[in-house]
Amino acid sequence: MSENKIEIRKLYKAFGKKKVLNDMDLDVRQGESLVVIGGSGTGKSVLIKCIQGLLIPDSGSIKIDGHEVVGTTEDIHQKMGMLFQGAALFDSLSVWENVAFRLLDKSKMSKKDAKLEAIRVLRQVGLAPDVADLSPAELSGGMQKRVGLARAIITRPEIIFFDEPTTGLDPIMADVINDLIIESARGLGATTLTITHDMASARKIADRIAMLYQGKIIWSGTVKEMDKSDNPYLRQFISGSSHGPIKMEV
Amino acid sequence: MSMNNEKQITAKMMSFVQALGKPLVAFIVSLGYLSQFVAKSVYNCFMPPFYVRLLGRQFMNMGFYSLPVVGLTTLFAGMVIAIQTYSGISKYGAESAVATVVLISVTRELAPVLSALMVAGRIGAAMAAEIGTMRVTEQIDALVTLSANPFRYLIAPRVWAGIIVMPLLVLFGDVIGIFGGYVVGIYKLDFNPANYINNTMSNLQSIDIMTGVIKACVFGFIISIMGCYHGYRSKGGAQGVGEATTNAVVSSSILILIFNYLITEMIFSR
Repeated sequence: MSENKIEIRKLYKAFGKKKVLNDMDLDVRQGESLVVIGGSGTGKSVLIKCIQGLLIPDSGSIKIDGHEVVGTTEDIHQKMGMLFQGAALFDSLSVWENVAFRLLDKSKMSKKDAKLEAIRVLRQVGLAPDVADLSPAELSGGMQKRVGLARAIITRPEIIFFDEPTTGLDPIMADVINDLIIESARGLGATTLTITHDMASARKIADRIAMLYQGKIIWSGTVKEMDKSDNPYLRQFISGSSHGPIKMEV
Repeated sequence: MSMNNEKQITAKMMSFVQALGKPLVAFIVSLGYLSQFVAKSVYNCFMPPFYVRLLGRQFMNMGFYSLPVVGLTTLFAGMVIAIQTYSGISKYGAESAVATVVLISVTRELAPVLSALMVAGRIGAAMAAEIGTMRVTEQIDALVTLSANPFRYLIAPRVWAGIIVMPLLVLFGDVIGIFGGYVVGIYKLDFNPANYINNTMSNLQSIDIMTGVIKACVFGFIISIMGCYHGYRSKGGAQGVGEATTNAVVSSSILILIFNYLITEMIFSR
């Protein structure tokens, strides 16, 4: 098995004339927590959607455990879990049915066992068992994120994707979610790929940070290396300044 | 004529051709997407897993909860036809004519078409809104990441419900519509109840009922497919979902009227 869990080479995806990913290369090592940072509209979500097969890249290669996944008909999602930006819970199902969706749908577990397992994982993410029977619409944003996390980790995936996990949360709840991400990923020994523009979150959960700009990874390294780096793009992004080489399209 | 004038005319002609061409190309592209969607939906209708619980829920939504609206629509349609036939055709021998015309028009046309249009407004819109909201809140993406095929989970139960439930609704509409004609015939036009029922029963032909049922199957398919298609392809938040809902109702209503003509011609023009 190669050391890289995910290997992306020359990934290209355009929407009309807009090149979102432009011959991008990226490696995610086995067991590491990689955080991809970048401004809004730089293609972070497109990257994650291409890896998951939700979007088909125009060209390039994505390998998971050495196997090409672009254009594959195999079910690549078995070993993946994903926490969506807005949690993306199914509002027609109760909280526990959301969490246990995969167990009921794929593993054909009995309802009773699936509910017990869902309650166990809900507890793991800090939610009381009585939340299980509520509908997702009755939960706060932070609770929805926790349920989304529980749904992502219930089948013990090897890779977990986090799409802007702290967006829309207050700073304290954001930190709670960061802690939960670290705990659950460590507990499972999973490889994680997070996309965010929240630097506090990136610093906390990343083993390695990569910066996406104009469809390419322009810098990657550890948090320490990031603080020492004199890459002007990276410096501007970290400091959140409107002056610098990065020009925002308005 | 100066060169400038010629250039202006050419530019105007080009913009006219562009104005014509753009929507035409957009129409052909969306027709392509629709064909692909229909093919994928039909294929996935026959592929396991079958979500029986979801199918049951669609049966309830589309069938049981549509009974009042279909009943009311066909009841009044039957009543109107009875009065119109009486006043329009002939007052002599009207007893037989009214019963026959009510029977034929309700079973062949009014029950299937009016029920389908009402269900398109009620259910087609709801399907587009629900699936559209799932699309814009990434719930459909979430289904894929949880290894569930959205076509089998979301579309197939709705398509099956459309094909199975619409004929049942139309049979119900047939009974209520004929009853509407009977009520007007007896209480307004003073017909003899026994004669009216006798006239209705003696003119009842299986081809009339079958035509309605065949139409209903096709209309049910159209309602579900158009509701799902517009919802599935919606984008851009609340506005996009709103547009999807409108498009679903308008397109399915137009298709229902077109296919109604085509099926009628196929069966009766010989």
